Amino acid sequence: MSHSVKEFLKDVVIINELGLHARAAARIAEVAGNAKSKMWIIKGDEVVDAASIVDLLTLGCAKGSNITIKIESLSDVDTLNRVAELIENGFGE
Amino acid sequence: MLDRDDQEIMLRGIGVSPGICIGMAYLVDKEGVDVIKRYSVPETDLENEKNRFKTAVKKAKDHLNGIIGNTPEDFRDHTDILETHAVLLKDKMLYGKTIEIIDQERINAEWALKKVVSDLQTMFKNMHEPYFRERAADIVHVSDHIMRNLVGAEHANIKDIDKRVILVANDLSPAETSQIQLEWIMGFVTDLGGTTSHTGIIARTLEIPAVLGLDDVTEVIRNDDLIAVDGSTGEIIIHPTEETLVRFVKRRIEYEAHKAIIMRGSCLPAETLDGLAVQVMGNIELPEEVVSVRDHGGDGVGLYRTEFQYLSRSGFPGERELFDKYKDVVEVMMPKPVTIRTLDINGDKAVARHSEASEKNPALGLRGIRYCLKNPDVFKTQIRAILRAAAFGNVKILFPMVSGHDEVIEAKRMLDEVAESLSKEGTEFNRDIEIGVMIEVPSAVIMAEVMAEEVDFFSIGTNDLIQYTLAIDRGNRHVSHLYQPLHPAILRMLRHVTDVAENTDVKVFMCGEMAGNPIYAPILLGMGIGELSMNPQSIPVVKRMIRSLKVEDARLFVKDVLKETTAERITKLLQDSYGDMVSEFII
Repeated sequence: MSHSVKEFLKDVVIINELGLHARAAARIAEVAGNAKSKMWIIKGDEVVDAASIVDLLTLGCAKGSNITIKIESLSDVDTLNRVAELIENGFGE
Repeated sequence: MLDRDDQEIMLRGIGVSPGICIGMAYLVDKEGVDVIKRYSVPETDLENEKNRFKTAVKKAKDHLNGIIGNTPEDFRDHTDILETHAVLLKDKMLYGKTIEIIDQERINAEWALKKVVSDLQTMFKNMHEPYFRERAADIVHVSDHIMRNLVGAEHANIKDIDKRVILVANDLSPAETSQIQLEWIMGFVTDLGGTTSHTGIIARTLEIPAVLGLDDVTEVIRNDDLIAVDGSTGEIIIHPTEETLVRFVKRRIEYEAHKAIIMRGSCLPAETLDGLAVQVMGNIELPEEVVSVRDHGGDGVGLYRTEFQYLSRSGFPGERELFDKYKDVVEVMMPKPVTIRTLDINGDKAVARHSEASEKNPALGLRGIRYCLKNPDVFKTQIRAILRAAAFGNVKILFPMVSGHDEVIEAKRMLDEVAESLSKEGTEFNRDIEIGVMIEVPSAVIMAEVMAEEVDFFSIGTNDLIQYTLAIDRGNRHVSHLYQPLHPAILRMLRHVTDVAENTDVKVFMCGEMAGNPIYAPILLGMGIGELSMNPQSIPVVKRMIRSLKVEDARLFVKDVLKETTAERITKLLQDSYGDMVSEFII
């Protein structure tokens, strides 16, 4: 693959007070569920399925956590951006 | 699993409310989902098993969406959690994983789900952030929901019962009992509980047959099983045969006929053969029961328990609401007296939101007058309602769980404050009412002489007095056999209280279970207790008993009784002297 790996990754910071809580995780999982290929959320060494609330919750992302969103196919860039937006807007809280 | 569909099973528990009923079982079993069976599934059935799981999830999801859809827009904030749960239901780690395990391990859906959930729980429990640690609860909640659908247990929502059933439960909390549409309930059958438990009291009050303390009846009875219940003998029959049914129907007819005979004399006064008139009154819990007191020939309401309006609700009832109910009761009973006991929230009847933290030992905790004095706003609201209702009839006020002199003084001070503010507002009320204290804590017995200076009457609550004096938790089956009303210590305490009453001109009532059992009437009469209050159903039989007694004999009898030193010997003496008389009245 000649594309730069950068395009497949996006770093974001969790800004809302409660961190990546259950409802927030549910919203990410819902959007990520629309991705055509897999979408992953990476925190430190851990990589979890963005479409699973349970997985997302196990990351234990408190406010201020740095996470990376990763997709496997360029066709999911829109979905990636929507997830990033959700997080950056603090889930509208 | 055993096929026992046709097999008749007989179980025996504690018959706490007489009467016979035959009907369908309705299981209220919150813990049913804890018992999960594991069995393997043949490869050919795996697809079915997975579909069974998918259907259960779909059902859960529809259920949640239904609730969300029915919630008005303004309250949608509260449905956030439900929406999260709806997404969780289909979560890969839960949904996908379970299906994967059914496939790989060829096991039933319930077990696969249980396995997935316990792994997830462990993962969450090890997390540092408390918030995330608590998310395990969401997962358990969601999986319980699926599990209930899988095992076919009904959603334990007893509010929704809409057919005539016999309620079968592990135990019923007062909050649950208060939700039941009682007209649908033919009988109660529970694993836990005994004569003095809340369910027992409710069942007797409403004249619904009940058998409690059956240990594990919820394991044996299944939803819609046909069962026959005899609340007098404590017998229950599952899948009764034709023969048994005939026997039960016959017994039911006998019971009704017997009840009719007893009822006939219920309106005659309770006057002893030597001419002493005793007031026989009814205890009530629901305002509607006042009708039952009147129908059973009660001379008034000797104990109006007021906790019901505080149960199964958020927040406290307002003055208007309380006043309306009190006024109803008072007016129906007019001109006969109604003794209103102020709020006695206790361990048995605790309302979660009202207790700051759950108490380890609620029977010895913040309850009765202690709770009220600590929460003057709640207390004063109730007193206002009582004093206002007193303008419409014959009202007495009774303070529960009093353990010392200072509590009476403090309660009376609040009563005066309330009266003063009502008077300033120009609201109609009556402060000139009799004030009494419950004698149910041993220290109150010892202090009776001092308290007599502050009050107009004592009301002996035998249930708690026995429990506290003998250090018996009446809900604990291991010691419940030690719960003895005829324990010489109890009788000596009664003697002390009645002696004080006689010397100080304070009246003495009894409103515990002991008052409602005709066998004790000779002792109570002999001690000079002139007013008895009991479940309305017991009024006719106790009246009948009193009409067969002579006070003079009873006084002499009490002297003999007090010479005895064990409960066993007192019981024998009582049986020998009055047993025959009582057996005529009781089935």
